[in-house]
Amino acid sequence: MTFFFEVLIGGLLAGVMYSLVALGFVMIFKASGVFNFAQGALVLFAALTFVGFMEKGLPFWVAMAVTLAVMMGSAILIERFVLRPLVNQPPITLFMATIGLSFLLEGLGQGLWGSQVRALDIGIEDLPFDVLGMTFSKFDFFAAGCAALLVGALVLFFNKTRVGLALRAVADDHQAALAVGIPLQFVWAVVWAVAGLVALVAGLLWGSRLGVQFSLSLVALKALPVLILGGFTSIAGAIVGGLIIGASEKLAEVFIGPYFGGAIENWFPYMLALAFLLIRPQGLFGEKIIERV
Amino acid sequence: MTKTIGDVILRCDNISLSFGGVRALSDISIDVREHEILAIIGPNGAGKSSMLNVINGVYHPQEGTVTWKGQTRRAMKPHESAESGIARTFQNIALFKGMSTLDNIMTGRYTKMRRNLLWQALYWGPARKEEIEHREVCERVIDFLQIESIRKTPVGRLPYGLQKRVELGRALAAQPELLLLDEPMAGMNVEEKEDMCRFILDVNDEFGTTIVLIEHDMGVVMDISDRVAVLDYGRKIADGVPDQVRTNPEVIRAYLGAGH
Amino acid sequence: MLYREAGQFKTSYAKDLAIFPIRQDRWFIALVLIFFGLVVPLIANDYWLKSILIPLLVSSLAAIGLNILTGYAGQLSLGTAGFMAVGAFAAYNFNIRVPELPLIVDFILAGLCAALVGMVFGLPSLRIKGFYLAVATLAAQFFIEWVLTHFGWFTNYSSSGVISAPPMKMFGFAVESAVEKYLLTLGVVLVMALAAKNMVRSSAGRAWMAVRDKDISAEVIGIPLMKTKLTAFGVSSFYCGVAGALWTYCYLGTVEPAAFDLARSFLILFMIIIGGVGSILGSFLGAAFIGLLPIFLNNMAATIGHGTLQADTMANLEHVIFGGLIIFFLIVEPHGLARLWQIAKEKLRLWPFPY
Repeated sequence: MTFFFEVLIGGLLAGVMYSLVALGFVMIFKASGVFNFAQGALVLFAALTFVGFMEKGLPFWVAMAVTLAVMMGSAILIERFVLRPLVNQPPITLFMATIGLSFLLEGLGQGLWGSQVRALDIGIEDLPFDVLGMTFSKFDFFAAGCAALLVGALVLFFNKTRVGLALRAVADDHQAALAVGIPLQFVWAVVWAVAGLVALVAGLLWGSRLGVQFSLSLVALKALPVLILGGFTSIAGAIVGGLIIGASEKLAEVFIGPYFGGAIENWFPYMLALAFLLIRPQGLFGEKIIERV
Repeated sequence: MTKTIGDVILRCDNISLSFGGVRALSDISIDVREHEILAIIGPNGAGKSSMLNVINGVYHPQEGTVTWKGQTRRAMKPHESAESGIARTFQNIALFKGMSTLDNIMTGRYTKMRRNLLWQALYWGPARKEEIEHREVCERVIDFLQIESIRKTPVGRLPYGLQKRVELGRALAAQPELLLLDEPMAGMNVEEKEDMCRFILDVNDEFGTTIVLIEHDMGVVMDISDRVAVLDYGRKIADGVPDQVRTNPEVIRAYLGAGH
Repeated sequence: MLYREAGQFKTSYAKDLAIFPIRQDRWFIALVLIFFGLVVPLIANDYWLKSILIPLLVSSLAAIGLNILTGYAGQLSLGTAGFMAVGAFAAYNFNIRVPELPLIVDFILAGLCAALVGMVFGLPSLRIKGFYLAVATLAAQFFIEWVLTHFGWFTNYSSSGVISAPPMKMFGFAVESAVEKYLLTLGVVLVMALAAKNMVRSSAGRAWMAVRDKDISAEVIGIPLMKTKLTAFGVSSFYCGVAGALWTYCYLGTVEPAAFDLARSFLILFMIIIGGVGSILGSFLGAAFIGLLPIFLNNMAATIGHGTLQADTMANLEHVIFGGLIIFFLIVEPHGLARLWQIAKEKLRLWPFPY
C-alpha cells in the first residue's frame, strides 16, 4: 500500500509538469482560439536558451532575465509574422501554422545552442526524503511549489489587472473586443509572452530533471491529453487534468505495464483521453457548445 | 389555374422542445397539406427555426410526435428525413464553400446515387453512367434557377443573393416532396426577392412540391402563401389563411406589443 | 498561344466530366507518363531510382492518403505514419506466414488491415472534431508504434525488432533491381492516384467535401456522417497502408517500427500543406518538394560550406526551413503548389494577350 501511494504521489507531482505546459496551451487558446501545438517547442526553446546563456557564464538570475526577454521578443515576432497575417483563417489552418512554428523553434533553438544533451542545475538537489515511511523527491515538491506560485500569479493577473480584463474580453469575442477599442494585437503579444514565461518555468523544471534535449518537446506533447481531459478553456481543468494524467500514467506503468512489456506510458495518456472523449467530449470543465443552424 | 390542396401529409402533434431550462417550443401542433405553401411567421426567437429543425430531425423534441409518410415518431435522423423526401435551406447560408455550384447541387442527389466506392474508384461503366444521369437532373435545376453561368464557380466567391439561389438549387436537386425554406429572402434586395418568390411559386406550381417557409417580409408572406401559422414565445397563436391571420387580434398584439 | 482550348467544344456531359478536358493537357500528361515510365528507367542511375524517385513516389501515395482524409474530408490526422506502419508489418506478415499468396494480394490485404485500424481510430471522429481528433490520431500513432515494438509476433520475433522484406515476385517475375522496383512502385502509385481522383470527383468525394465544409447541412441533405467519415478514414488508411508496404518492400528493404514515427507523420502533413490541401496533384508536388529540398540543401551546403557544416546543423537548418515554409505557404498560398500550378495554367491560357 505504501508503494501504491509513493507511485501515486510521484505521478501527481510529475503531473504538475504536464499541467504547466497545458496551462500555456489554455491561455493561448482562450485568448486567440489558436491551438498552439508549438507550446512544447517553446518549452524546449526556453530551456535551451537559458542553458546557453548559463554556459556563456551569465549568473542564474541574469540568464533568467535575458531568457525572459528573448521569450517576449519571440512572442512579439510570432504575433507579427505568424498570427497577424492569419487572422480570420479557419482554426485548423492556425493549428497547422503552429506545427510549422514548432519545427522552426526546435530547429532554431538547437541550431543556435547545439543539439547535444545538457545538464541544467537550478540549485535544488534531488534528494529523497521520507514522510510517513514513504520516500519522495524533494525536487518534485519544489517543482509543485513553483507551479502553484505561477498559477496563483496568473490568476491574479487575469482577474485583477486591466490587461487581464482585456484578455478575457478578447477570449470571448474578437470582433466585439475590437469594437470596444481593445488592441487585439497587443493582447495577443502579451498572451504569447505569458505563455513564453510559463514555458520557461516548465523548461527549467523539466530540463533540470531530464536534461535539456530534444525529447523535452515530445514530453510536452503529453499536455494534449491533459487538455482533452480538462477542457481547452479552463485553467483549473489544465491543472486537474495534468494531475490525473500524471498519476494515472505512472500507476498504469507500474501496475499494468509489466504485463505488456512495459513502456505503456508512451501511449496510455492518449488512450485515456480518447476513452474520456467518448464519454464527455467537452472535457471535465469545458463548456458544452450547442450548434445553431 | 387553380391548384388543389390535398390531404395532410405532415402532422406535428404537441411538440415541446427545450434547451436546458429554456423552452423553445411548447405544445405546438401544425399540419401541412399536400401542395400548399405554408408560412410560419413570428417575432425573433419565437421558435420558427426550431420548428423546422424538429420537422427534419436536426433537433429532437422532448415531447410530441411528427407524422410523415404514415410513420409517427418522436424524431428521425436528419439523413433519414432527407432520404424520405424532405429537403431544406438554412437561415444562414450553409453551402459547401469549397465546392463549385455544380458540385453543391450534385450533393443534393446523394441519397439517390447507388454505386459503391469501388465502382466510383473505377469511374467506369455503371458509375459513370450514374454520374451523367444525375448530372442531367442537376443541369435542369441549374437551368430552372438560371445560374448556368456560375456552374463551375466555387460558391464561396458568389454574392449573397446567388448563394441563396444555389442553396435552393441544392434542395431542389433532391426532388423533394416537402421543401423547408428558412428565411429564403433574408437580406435580399427587392429584385432578388421578386426572383426568389417566382422560383418558390414555380416550384410549387410545376413540381407540386409542398413548401413550408419562414419569412419576415409580411408582404411576401401574405402574397405567396396559402396558409400562415403564427408563433410567439414558442406557442402557436394563430393558424389560417392570410386574411384571417392578418386581422387576428392576438397576432396584432404579438407584433405590435400589448397595450396598443 | 500554344495552350488554348479554342475550337474544342464539349458536346456531352461525359466530355465535361473528363479529368483533362483540354487537349493540350492530355498531351502534356501523356508526355509526363512516357518520361517517367520509359525514359527515366533507361537513363536514371541506381542512386536516383533507389534513393530519390522510389521514396518520392511512395511519399506521394501516403500524401494522397492523408489528403483524402484531411484535405477532402476535413479530418486532421497526425497518425499517418502509424497507419503506414500497420500496412508495412501486415504485408510482411502475410508474406512470410502465407507464402502461397501473390505479393499483390499481400499488398491489398496490408491496405485493408490499415483501413480497419484507421476506421477504429476514426470512430472518435463521430463525436469530436478538429484538434480533439488530432489528439485521437496521435494516440493511434503512439499506440501502433508501441504494439509493433512490444509484441514480437509482428516482427516474427526478430531480436532487433527489424523486419527484412523477402525477395519480391510479381506476376511470376522477380522484382530485384532498382529499375524493376521503381516500375512496380510507379505502377501501383499511378493506379491508386487515378482511383483517388475518381473517388473525389464522384459522389463519395462530394460527400467528403460536404462533411468538411459544413457537416450539419451535409447531414440534412442526407449524407450520413458516420458512414462518410469512416469511409474517409478507411480509404485514407488503405492508401497509407499500401504506401507503408511499398516503403518496406521497394525502398528500405529492412525496416523497424521507429521508421514510422511521429516525425514521418508530420513530414507527410507538410507535403499536403505545401503541395495543396484537397488536391491529388498537390500530393505529388508536395512530396517532390519536401523530398527534394533536403537534397538540394545538402548539395548547396557542400558547394558553399566545403563540407564544413555538420550533419546536425543541416538537420536543424532543415527544421527551420520546413517550419518557415509551412507558415509561409499557409499565409501566402493556403492551397499550395497545386493552386500555383492552376494559376500558371490560367495565365498561360490568356498568354500572350491577357486583356
